[in-house]
Amino acid sequence: MSRRKDKSRKKESPVAPLTRRDFLKGAGVAVSGTILAGHAAVAAAAPETAVVGPGATSVTLQVNGQRRELNLEPRVTLLDALRNDLDLTGAKRVCDRGVCGTCTVLMDGKPVYACSVLAIEAQGHKITTIEGLMHNGQPHPVMTAFVNNDAQQCGFCTPGFVVACAAFLHKHPNPTEAEVEKGLGGNLCRCGTYIGVRAAALEAAKAMRQ
Amino acid sequence: MASCKYDWPAPSERQLIGKRIKRIDGPVKSSGQAKYTFDINRPGMLFGKVLRCPYAHAKITALDVTPAKNAPGVKAVRVIQDVGSEIQWQGDEIVVLAAETEEAAEDAMRMIKVEYEPMPFFVMDEDIKAAGAHAKPPQVKKVGDPDQAFQEAGLVVSEGYYGLPVITHCCLESHGNVVEWTDPQSFTVWASTQGVSAVGGQMGEVLGVSPNNIHAICQYIGGGFGSKFQVDRWGIEGARLAKDTGKPVKMMLERDADLLVAGARPSFWGRVKVGAKPDGTITAWDSETWGTGGISGAGTPPVPYPLDQLPNYKRTHTAVATNIGSSRAWRAPNDPQACLLTMAAFDDLAAALKMDPLELLAKNADLAPNPILARTYKEELQKAAELTDWHQRWHPRGDKTEGHIKRGLGVSIHTWGGAPHNGKCNVTIQPDGSVEVALGSQDLGTGTRTVINIVVAETLGLPIEGVKVSIGDSRLPPDGPSGGSTTVGGVSGSTRRGSVNARDQLFQAVAPTLGSQPDQLEAVGGQVRVKGDPSKSLSWKQACAKLGVKPIVAQGEQGPNSECKSLNSGGVGGCQIADVSVDTETGIVRINSMLAVQDCGLVIDPKTAESQVLGALIMGVCYSLYEEKIMDAQTGRMLNPNMEFYKLAGIGDVGDLKAYFMGGEFYEQRGVIGLGEPPVVSPGAAISNAVANAIGVRVPTLPITPQKVLAALEKGMG
Repeated sequence: MSRRKDKSRKKESPVAPLTRRDFLKGAGVAVSGTILAGHAAVAAAAPETAVVGPGATSVTLQVNGQRRELNLEPRVTLLDALRNDLDLTGAKRVCDRGVCGTCTVLMDGKPVYACSVLAIEAQGHKITTIEGLMHNGQPHPVMTAFVNNDAQQCGFCTPGFVVACAAFLHKHPNPTEAEVEKGLGGNLCRCGTYIGVRAAALEAAKAMRQ
Repeated sequence: MASCKYDWPAPSERQLIGKRIKRIDGPVKSSGQAKYTFDINRPGMLFGKVLRCPYAHAKITALDVTPAKNAPGVKAVRVIQDVGSEIQWQGDEIVVLAAETEEAAEDAMRMIKVEYEPMPFFVMDEDIKAAGAHAKPPQVKKVGDPDQAFQEAGLVVSEGYYGLPVITHCCLESHGNVVEWTDPQSFTVWASTQGVSAVGGQMGEVLGVSPNNIHAICQYIGGGFGSKFQVDRWGIEGARLAKDTGKPVKMMLERDADLLVAGARPSFWGRVKVGAKPDGTITAWDSETWGTGGISGAGTPPVPYPLDQLPNYKRTHTAVATNIGSSRAWRAPNDPQACLLTMAAFDDLAAALKMDPLELLAKNADLAPNPILARTYKEELQKAAELTDWHQRWHPRGDKTEGHIKRGLGVSIHTWGGAPHNGKCNVTIQPDGSVEVALGSQDLGTGTRTVINIVVAETLGLPIEGVKVSIGDSRLPPDGPSGGSTTVGGVSGSTRRGSVNARDQLFQAVAPTLGSQPDQLEAVGGQVRVKGDPSKSLSWKQACAKLGVKPIVAQGEQGPNSECKSLNSGGVGGCQIADVSVDTETGIVRINSMLAVQDCGLVIDPKTAESQVLGALIMGVCYSLYEEKIMDAQTGRMLNPNMEFYKLAGIGDVGDLKAYFMGGEFYEQRGVIGLGEPPVVSPGAAISNAVANAIGVRVPTLPITPQKVLAALEKGMG
């Protein structure tokens, strides 16, 4: 059931700009999908239905092109699995409830808040973290643009911004400043780096078009 | 001014200082490789969690941690406050425990049986009349004869009420540490701290461990803003859990706890009466203010501010004790509060005088604490007016254009010290030409690493890449904590001295080869050469090879009594202008643009300095329009200990922001001065004044929410 939902989600038109609301919706679908799957399993009461938990269960994730086998409780979020079990700490845990965007990763190329996706829900999807955006040790053009435009201070929000920005520019290769503000509205920064981020997004767009 | 061998190079000789140099740790941060304390994972590491009191004021009547001790995965449980303890705020620590996974730790926490006897509490401080015994004795300061001054014939008097609530620091990386004992008397601590050199002393004293045996590391920190100077009780308890279990323990606060207990900026409310002669000369001030910083009250914001040489003034301040988490230094402690109350009152006075508020500030600039600041304010006000086209665009209070979008301009000025902290460094030059500068400082995201790199590379005539910067480690020569805008002056002072000393030793070593005297040599463009005779030169590598097998290790120190006054100092002025639009139907305020004209002496790296200023403006937008620690009068609890309702500005909320640095000899001869705090002081006042200018009435308190705008408009119409 949740799989079907995911497939239909993939067919969504890529035309609409990715807004904060879209972003939340994406994360919300993933969570409600889990809840629905749980209900269905209970209702069917079929003994062969794979009911997982509450104890640890085997979880297979595809992260940055690698297959990773983990043993996790079903309640573990994708974010905690990445950070605590795979030592991929680029995605940060800040609000831990789908607001700040510092945990942004790509799920099948679409940005999601990893704090609001369960690890078991992420199975079967291609997960790309900030670490996976490096290519042969070379920085992604968005990373370079963030450095050039000093779009970071303490840097704690930066990986989330970079991932969100890379996904945004993939969909909107030639954005206006207003579109950048909408597209990156799902990420928060406390030091106040937004002016640099805005400039970096526009510079990266240019670099990625060439 | 007498010259000093550590003086900065003359402007024409500077190769790196003053150039827009990219942040050197930018690549590791933007690629997610920078390891913050929260990112440290150690083999066998346990997760620490804290059980917190849900009540604002209560006594613990029963506590049973046995079920938690026996819970799966739990390795240690420690009671911090036992039966009989009186808890003074929601979120205070009761029990800590460590478990193999976060999930196991959370489950165990829920098994702890604790009973409380709730007690009366006080959490709402804006209404001083309700404070009763929670109000401490008022502090009064009186200068001149304000009563008499207010009696002067023809005096124009303005009275108003202004204020701003308690806000939090909301660092994105929460507070905490990771502790790993290496033997029973030694441990390593990865700490999210603003003072890595101070961690050992703080922890050692409490834990009975010599600071020499405590290795503190903080390579990257996800925000501090004044809230991360102390190790805190949870940090100490994390170390104890690690010792009890023999395993590393990560103890990082959850978001709700961070907003509840890990830092708050005191509130400041009050009535202000201010008087000026009809020509705008301000002569009298009387303020009655109050505010809270938690159970211990809070300090007194220095009103009138920053024009504190008013001939006649009286200020009466009452600290109010409340049952909320205690206050901490919040970027420019006291000043944003003092600035709002003074600059809003002056702005209302200008309206009463039918005067341009920018002119009012310029006319009274000589009330600044000293003539340097007075001149600074005058020049900055003029520059800010020019850059914003103020004289063409400013209109008297109330935008008279048709429609429901009203636009306005507001201005404010501020000051800060920012003198250097004390610190030491080592500069090492190896015979192979490699250079390292090492000091126990920390980079909060301000660009400290980059500034150190620039100073040493400039001094040795090397490119940025020619110097390795090592900071963030307590085993390095100690540097001061990063607070009060003291770091850039401190580290540039110590590292300039250290690198000059190292360079002079190198000159000693190579002078014979070049057939010259050490004091006739210079290090420029990757060469060591004879001044005025570039034909007599060695490449940097060739020169360093003359050291044989012995590296140069030179020390640099920034002490309290600087022999070199032009290197660094303190005392800056700044001026900001906000341009806002207010929708009078919805009450929503939009920032169109803001300009910060800032003085901070000699700017080492304009690129990171500009980021500091723009970031301060954005923090200013946050506290002006969105931020508030909202307390519930019924339950004594914080209603928004999360980031959905503890609101920060997003990228679309900040408008166009610009930073302009005052340059030239008058400013730069004072050397390097700190910049972190000053630009965050004025935004509240500038934005509040701009809103008043747009809609014709004052929204008295921050944050300027739609509800408050509509209420002010309604009151204005009545």
